[in-house]
Amino acid sequence: MSALTALARLRAMREGVAQRITTVRHCHVSDRPMVFVPLKMAGEAAAPLGAMVGTDPDHPRLLVVPQPRNRNLRFAFTAELAEVLLPYVEGFQKRTETVERKGGEPYERCLEAPQVLVPNRPAAEFTGLLGRSTRFRRVDGPYPVHPSVPLLGRWLTYFADRSRQPGSSLLLAATEALGTHWATGQSALEDANLAALLGWIDPPAGTTGRRAAEEAEDPLLWPPAGPATDPGFDNEVLAPAVQAYEEAPTDRAVERVAEALRTQLEPTWRLMWRSVELLRALPEGSRVAGRWESDRGSFTRFVERIAEGGPPQARRDGAVSAAARLAGLERARASYDVQRAYDDPLVMAEYRLTGEAFAGVVTAVEPEHFEGEGRSRKLRPLVTVRTEDPVRLAPGAAVGSPERRGHGAEVVEVVAVSGAGGVPGGGTGGAGGGTVEIVLKVTKGMGRGKTPAPGAVPEPGERVCYTSLTDDFQTSAALPDPEETPWTHGGPPEEYVPGDDDAQEEWE
Amino acid sequence: MSRLDDLRGPVPARAHDARAIAALAANPGCARRSLLDAAGVDKDAAARHVGFPAPFGQSQFAITRGNVFESLVKENGCAELLRLLRELMGLPIAQVGYQDVENVGAHLRASHTRALIDRAARESEDSAVFYDHPLLSLRIAGQTSYLEPDVVAFQLGGRFHVVEIKSFSVIDGQAEPEKVAAAARQAAVYVLALRALMEELGHDPERVSHDVVLVCPENFANRPVASLVDVRRQLAVLRRQLARMTRVDRLLEDLPEGLTFSLEPDADGVPTRSAGELAEALRRVPARYAPDCLAACDMCMFCRDEARGCGSTDLLGRQVRDQLGGVSGMDEALGLAEGTREPEEGQEEIARLLRLADRLRRECVA
Repeated sequence: MSALTALARLRAMREGVAQRITTVRHCHVSDRPMVFVPLKMAGEAAAPLGAMVGTDPDHPRLLVVPQPRNRNLRFAFTAELAEVLLPYVEGFQKRTETVERKGGEPYERCLEAPQVLVPNRPAAEFTGLLGRSTRFRRVDGPYPVHPSVPLLGRWLTYFADRSRQPGSSLLLAATEALGTHWATGQSALEDANLAALLGWIDPPAGTTGRRAAEEAEDPLLWPPAGPATDPGFDNEVLAPAVQAYEEAPTDRAVERVAEALRTQLEPTWRLMWRSVELLRALPEGSRVAGRWESDRGSFTRFVERIAEGGPPQARRDGAVSAAARLAGLERARASYDVQRAYDDPLVMAEYRLTGEAFAGVVTAVEPEHFEGEGRSRKLRPLVTVRTEDPVRLAPGAAVGSPERRGHGAEVVEVVAVSGAGGVPGGGTGGAGGGTVEIVLKVTKGMGRGKTPAPGAVPEPGERVCYTSLTDDFQTSAALPDPEETPWTHGGPPEEYVPGDDDAQEEWE
Repeated sequence: MSRLDDLRGPVPARAHDARAIAALAANPGCARRSLLDAAGVDKDAAARHVGFPAPFGQSQFAITRGNVFESLVKENGCAELLRLLRELMGLPIAQVGYQDVENVGAHLRASHTRALIDRAARESEDSAVFYDHPLLSLRIAGQTSYLEPDVVAFQLGGRFHVVEIKSFSVIDGQAEPEKVAAAARQAAVYVLALRALMEELGHDPERVSHDVVLVCPENFANRPVASLVDVRRQLAVLRRQLARMTRVDRLLEDLPEGLTFSLEPDADGVPTRSAGELAEALRRVPARYAPDCLAACDMCMFCRDEARGCGSTDLLGRQVRDQLGGVSGMDEALGLAEGTREPEEGQEEIARLLRLADRLRRECVA
């Protein structure tokens, strides 16, 4: 949490309504997302009670487990969920584009990819657990399941895994997606309640966000968005309905459980689509499409993996794959943070606050400045920027600019102009208050000519922003092949072959 | 301590249950909580009476599942538990004794537990015994507090382990981190209490292991699995918290004469005092609200409402407070940021940061 976000939260508290903490949207929102609102039985790890799922706000599909302790009914639920989810996922696999690569074979990539939206992080985790409890099942043997069940399990696992990747939009939790764009006047803990969070962001006419959030905490007005249900509902409504089904498993008894669950799911269903509208209304950041392209690439690779008959995802990663996964997550996190800053002045402001970036007005330009002699003579235009930001960049620091892609520069010197801050000739600027002038020499992105390409060097009077953050391509860490895992990490892992134990695992 | 009895009024005192212990571990510096707990006030009833019931309902599904699991582990004199412990710790024992302390009357349980533990500590041969529902006590803020842990103490050859049975699942060797952390914090309280008892009885407190046995269902089935959890870190934190806690007698000194939180019921079981009077009495003791309280303390809704009333930045959570460098009021912090308020001595640095943040924000949000 930065001081900027803290300030936004304070202001939300005073104004009684959420405050924007970004100027653009940083996640992809599909034209046809699938909303999935699961409910689970209290006290159980992954026993589904029911779910509302679908791509049409006006026609949700309600799935129900009339007796959540019954194993067969649970598998019937997953088979039904597969009927909805698998055709949706498969619908994106047909249309592909050919992607050319420098120094590599061209490959195919799906033109579009599925997007699953769940209410909150626990729902994303639950999606993963549902995947874990179904992906090893078999269609033959002692406890046969419908062929769609293990396939569904692999997809659910894939979506849940992908949702941990910063910047990925294949599975989004609504509270997280909204929370990255708005700050409320309550704590992060309370923001996990979707109805309360939306209350702050989009209060009904005539009421404040604070009032709306208070109302949202009443489970009778706003049932929890799941997967955990309201204990009062469990005890007073659901338990008797399940009991009635237990005594006489008729259609009417199923209908009674279904109606009970509908009351709990429908309000969240509507909140989910309201969230989609709110997110869509934000202008999309310029690097969102690039990240969605990586999502499409990942989706395509997973489709291929399934088509090739690869095994389901292992229960646990081996040492090498765990290290690779962690390194991948770290790179994704670093890159996502930098990309958001480049896309969004309000996010960049956080780095200006810490001195890793500055914004100001160009006061002088020397476009035809050269460095070196003879053959090594290079064009190095000089740009002087005046700023009041507390710059903490030393001479020699490489900087980039959100205004110009491919543009790179180097800090030459930082000169104090006025005020308390700014150490003349030194690398560190003031802690605020003072004005400094920063001399930069442009090193990249001005073309090959004797003079800079038009527009490549900022003009005097232009407002510019520079930062030491870069999103340069980082090579992955060198990791050994799994067969070469050193003894310090347990030696080469046994190859994972899902066994009968996995397929017949109890699901009580 | 008649003063504490006055605070509670003529109703029976409540022992520290699991939630009180969680609240203690989560927010030891809260004077209101300390005092209510020390006096044995029923916080849940108090919160309901003043119109701020705690949001801690429990689903009967969860209760059933918890009970089924616990009885599965404990049935036949903890036979299943013995099997787990044998595998986990490589115990060479075939037989184990079982003592349920709950069988004696409530008033005797503390002394009974004490006598049993003393006897076990003296017999250092290879006897092994489970003690179910022991009643332990701990000096908290200068007061003896009784703890009713839902745990089993296991003793082998004069060494003790705390065994905690929880019904959250361990899936592929992993459980929800928050739940494990909460269980470890609670278990540390029991280890400390058991060690204090050993010391009092003249035995080596180190004979109570810092490795707690956590028993949970494995994967999606009801089959239990045991793991050792090292609670040394939680013990150190807890000791430090207890040492720094304001002593209850000091808290009592500052209280106005005649203050009481009495919930004495009339013939219909309704507290005789009005909700307003009780709320007024509660407000006389300062609370230290944090959003974490919402998961642990029965008084949370009352304290949150109070914090809202005075525009406290506590409402936004510790992360925000850390950013504000100790500025505790919303108006104060915004005043510093917007330049309508002069920083006091020592606030210059945070005021400069907030003003800069405010300028940057205004620049970007036109």
